[in-house]
Amino acid sequence: MTEDATIPQKFNWFKMFWAGFTSMSILGKTLWVVVIVKLIIMFAILKPFFFPDFLGSKDDKASYVGEELVDRSLFPSTSE
Amino acid sequence: MELLNSSLLEWSRAQFAMTAGYHWLFVPLTLGLGIIMSIIESIYVKTGDEKWKKAAKFWQLIFGINFAIGVATGIILEFQFGTNWSNYSWFVGDIFGAPLAIEGIVAFFLEATFISIMFFGWKRVSKKMHLASTWLTVAGATLSAYWILVANAWMQYPAGMQFNPETVRNEMVSFWSVALSPFAVNKFFHTVVSAWGLGAAFVSGVSAWYLLKNRNNDFALKSIKVSAVFGLASFLLLAVTGDGSAYQVAQKQPMKLAAMEGLYDGKEGAGLIAVGMLNPAKKIYADNVDPYVFKVELPKMLSLMGYRNTNAFVPGINNIIGGGYALPDGSTALSFDEKKARGQKAIEALANFQVAKKEGRDAEAAQYEAALRENYAYFGYGYLTDAQQLVPNVPLTFYSFRVMVIIGGYFILLFLLLCWYNYKKKVETSRWLQYVLLWSIPLAYIAGQLGWVVAEVGRQPWTIQDVLPLQAAISSLPTGNVIITFTLFALLFTALLIAEVSIMVKQIKKGPEE
Repeated sequence: MTEDATIPQKFNWFKMFWAGFTSMSILGKTLWVVVIVKLIIMFAILKPFFFPDFLGSKDDKASYVGEELVDRSLFPSTSE
Repeated sequence: MELLNSSLLEWSRAQFAMTAGYHWLFVPLTLGLGIIMSIIESIYVKTGDEKWKKAAKFWQLIFGINFAIGVATGIILEFQFGTNWSNYSWFVGDIFGAPLAIEGIVAFFLEATFISIMFFGWKRVSKKMHLASTWLTVAGATLSAYWILVANAWMQYPAGMQFNPETVRNEMVSFWSVALSPFAVNKFFHTVVSAWGLGAAFVSGVSAWYLLKNRNNDFALKSIKVSAVFGLASFLLLAVTGDGSAYQVAQKQPMKLAAMEGLYDGKEGAGLIAVGMLNPAKKIYADNVDPYVFKVELPKMLSLMGYRNTNAFVPGINNIIGGGYALPDGSTALSFDEKKARGQKAIEALANFQVAKKEGRDAEAAQYEAALRENYAYFGYGYLTDAQQLVPNVPLTFYSFRVMVIIGGYFILLFLLLCWYNYKKKVETSRWLQYVLLWSIPLAYIAGQLGWVVAEVGRQPWTIQDVLPLQAAISSLPTGNVIITFTLFALLFTALLIAEVSIMVKQIKKGPEE
């Protein structure tokens, strides 16, 4: 029997994912662990604790950056 | 008042460079291997030979490992735009945001949707549908790369925007000028083709390992049959697109071209340095020290490459700083001092505009806005205090460029040889060639990294060419915070790299299913 003959007539997304995840190999599971741990580190640790937003509205941001751009030309950095 | 210090700037740059460097370990293999596995699967669909299917499945597995571990490392780069380069992020606003948003919404979802069919759908969709999914996965990854490279190219050659002093942002006035700028198109082809070359080097090297171990020989030879031709075509195309890149750099970033060549005094009919050594005693542009210990030049090639004319004048670092030479459009180049004065006028106009707007003096604000627009092309020069700040790291750019080109040339020869040995059916018995292929894998990675070093180090001090230098773009953060996040990222990326290599090596040792 050819492979094409085993293909269901109607494609079902849910069944494909369900079968894919339930019959996952150890490699697949390992990769999912890596992906999940990585995303947790990025979005649950690094983002909220190390990169919090401190400027609220768009106007605040525009006025903050506007002042910064002017100040830095009047008082240049020591980075030469 | 001292907002910044060099330590903060250097740590932030190091953090971004490290993140981009690690990211570029994962991305090129996705792009290159993606095409090869798709070609192999196409052969399977055409011939019906199950051995090709096994080969396709194996390379898709390796693709999957690389994809799973590499995915989302680019998000950290986007974090850093917002955190370490917040002035830049606000300043570039929609222009930089639009390509990244398209990348996230369209390209990544295309890739993520069809990758699931590629992995889970072998027994659920027809052969042709599966093949289409495999190609669409790669198309999604490649489109992703396109939009990211559009954003990068805009930093190197800002086009299609207008600065709005009220919002302090550059606003897009022509989407197509941004999306199809010649700089972006060329950068896309050069970068993506380099990834194809890396994929070919990877597949050839891994296949050579199987031949050295005398196992899965049929699979290895089939894979090499594809990777040899694909690799040769990729590296030849890379030479063509590299020439296009050099032309774009000459037109839009002459200082980068001068740094790539260590060219201080420009000349007509300038030669391209094939091999050379810079004089370490040369410290600054104006010290009159001979820049070279020795050099072997290809006569007139730099003029030809940069301006499509063997006698064209190629400006050196001293010329670009001193100005006064004729530009390709017929105008006369401004000196650093003239550009700096115009940059200062633009910043002053911005400051006065802000005050006038706040106080409701709209007519005056309009005048300041006009003055700002008149001088905006040199806005970034207003932040520079010394002409030396315009000069990028010449030795790093010069040597990176040379090593990259030499490795590219090496791969052309290697793949030419591989095609010949493959045609003569001698790959299986040529152990020396198998060793060479295996040990050439790292060279492809090194060349890719060096390409980015040339592109990014060579355009310093700019985050946006001529408009925003590093010191105006960076966030005012405590240096200690950046050191902490640098360390965290270094640990995270190193862990991911170790995971990638170890999982991949384990699967390669296991081999394709028999």
